[in-house]
Amino acid sequence: MAAPALPEEERLPPRRAGWRQFRGVLLRDKKAAAGLLVLSLFVAAAVFGPLLSPYDPNDMLFEMMAPPSLAHPLGTDDLGRDLLSRIIVGTRISLFVGVSTVVIALVLGVGLGLVAGYFGGWIDNIIMRYIDLQWAFPNFIIAVYLVAVFGTGLLNIIVAISLAFVDDFARVARSMVLTIKEEQYIAAARTVGVPTRRILWRHVLPNATAPIIVQATVSVSYAILGEASLSFLGLGVEADTPTWGLILADARSFISRAWWLGIFPGLAIMLTVLSINFIGDALRDFLDVREVAER
Amino acid sequence: MSRYLLRRTIGALVVMWAVATLVFFMLRIVPGDPVGAMLFDAGDAEAVEALRRKLGLDQPIWVQYGKWFWAVLQGDLGNSIYGSRVPVSQLVMEALPRTLSLAGLAFLLAILIAVPAGLIAATKRNSAADHAVTLFAFLGLSMPDFWVGILLIIVFAANLQWLPAIGYVPLSEGFWPWLSHLLLPAVAVGTAFSAIIARMIRSAMLEVLRTDYVRVARAKGLPRAVVIFRHAFPNALVPVVTVIGIAFALLMAGAVVVENVFAIKGLGRVLIQGILNRDYPVVQGAILVVSAIFVFSNLLVDLLYAVIDPRIRYA
Repeated sequence: MAAPALPEEERLPPRRAGWRQFRGVLLRDKKAAAGLLVLSLFVAAAVFGPLLSPYDPNDMLFEMMAPPSLAHPLGTDDLGRDLLSRIIVGTRISLFVGVSTVVIALVLGVGLGLVAGYFGGWIDNIIMRYIDLQWAFPNFIIAVYLVAVFGTGLLNIIVAISLAFVDDFARVARSMVLTIKEEQYIAAARTVGVPTRRILWRHVLPNATAPIIVQATVSVSYAILGEASLSFLGLGVEADTPTWGLILADARSFISRAWWLGIFPGLAIMLTVLSINFIGDALRDFLDVREVAER
Repeated sequence: MSRYLLRRTIGALVVMWAVATLVFFMLRIVPGDPVGAMLFDAGDAEAVEALRRKLGLDQPIWVQYGKWFWAVLQGDLGNSIYGSRVPVSQLVMEALPRTLSLAGLAFLLAILIAVPAGLIAATKRNSAADHAVTLFAFLGLSMPDFWVGILLIIVFAANLQWLPAIGYVPLSEGFWPWLSHLLLPAVAVGTAFSAIIARMIRSAMLEVLRTDYVRVARAKGLPRAVVIFRHAFPNALVPVVTVIGIAFALLMAGAVVVENVFAIKGLGRVLIQGILNRDYPVVQGAILVVSAIFVFSNLLVDLLYAVIDPRIRYA
């Protein structure tokens, strides 16, 4: 039914040029390059975790609270488990929660924002009343509230964190749509009878990607911090899964005797989030520069 | 001005009503009966039925909602379902001053660090100090606040033994005991906020320093300090005020986590303990009070902003 109203050559050109330019930015921006390097190490740890970790993360050895040494580069915990192995295995949960929650929040939030902004009227009113309500609270507090309702566990915190970030994406997408829908090319597409779904998908969304990408990068770093905080509070994943927040929670009683238990898991969180923030900053500058150049 | 004030106040009350209603119904639509939690899932059917009647859970949900809402309006948040069944309002009132002093001190420390840092970074652009401030801002935003707390405990409590690691002492027992217990948690809560403000002040100052009126002030030979503090800084503060508006939200969210590092029985700890114990009246009450703090501090900031900037009042 929905025959394409525009010929093939009218489609958007592939965005290769953008990537090549961004590679140039990465080479000049040392912080972003370092961020990308460190982040790829963590991604490798997340993917190959069990293969890389020197010990089984839950294996209790007979060296309790051993300080960092050649055998245990980051020491062992109160039960004699190797800290490096636990941190490596914990990477997977942290990155998985960080990325999956932002993907869900992005799809839901951008969807809501597109619909609210494009159609306006009562749909906009209903959606935005809710988004504004959520906007009145920090994302982390919303996530805690939702965990209070849904309960703990991996699946529940993914739902809680995803929903907590929906309002950010909805607001960014909506504000972009409000300006884009006044453009001539949207009026033109409408006049020649392009179906609404196609207008949103092919004409509105591609022009709103820049701020959404930046928002997504920022959100991943906050989602990772949020998961770590929830796990630390005991509201996160099940207690036998090593995650960075949980390792720190377990370490709390021993930090006066075993500093390494309190330092290294947090260092892993900080390095990951810092890397993402460096990349996000470069991305923000890069995308802004392009906007300025177009003006 | 009074119409604006009225409109904003009504808006805040509506948000509070919406939060209360959402919390009430959401806690009831999900599986997990408070009666089950109270009897540790071990009571027989008769005991469960008796307890349900006693708590009014056998009534239609709308009646329950009406009764609960009426009680909340009178300041009655119900009782904890555990132990001596302490009234939730009492738990919350005991916790409130702890959380507020923590957030307040964090705010103060953060501003004391961020304002000079941002000013120095902007006025000495690309100097070593500027790079240090930028690095501090990145680190502050990347460190989880509870981990900052753990680091502070390792350094200042466990090793140097300058400050106590845990607990809270009310102000009535002396200023120093109160402050010494709050100092480390306040730094942990305030770090991220301080990073945000320092960055904001730096970029706002850089913007203002480029304007014509600052160039004029410089050109007519005013001393550097006068140009910076009389002409540039007040104008750089306008965007910063908006960020300070979300300060309280950020600091409260930080306090919720950090209280649990330092074993301070504030609102955050009440809320988290309530969630972990499935103590629904406590969870409900804590969420309501935490939300009220957000909503009314937002309202306060909006009103202050309208006082500072007349354009908003008449918009």
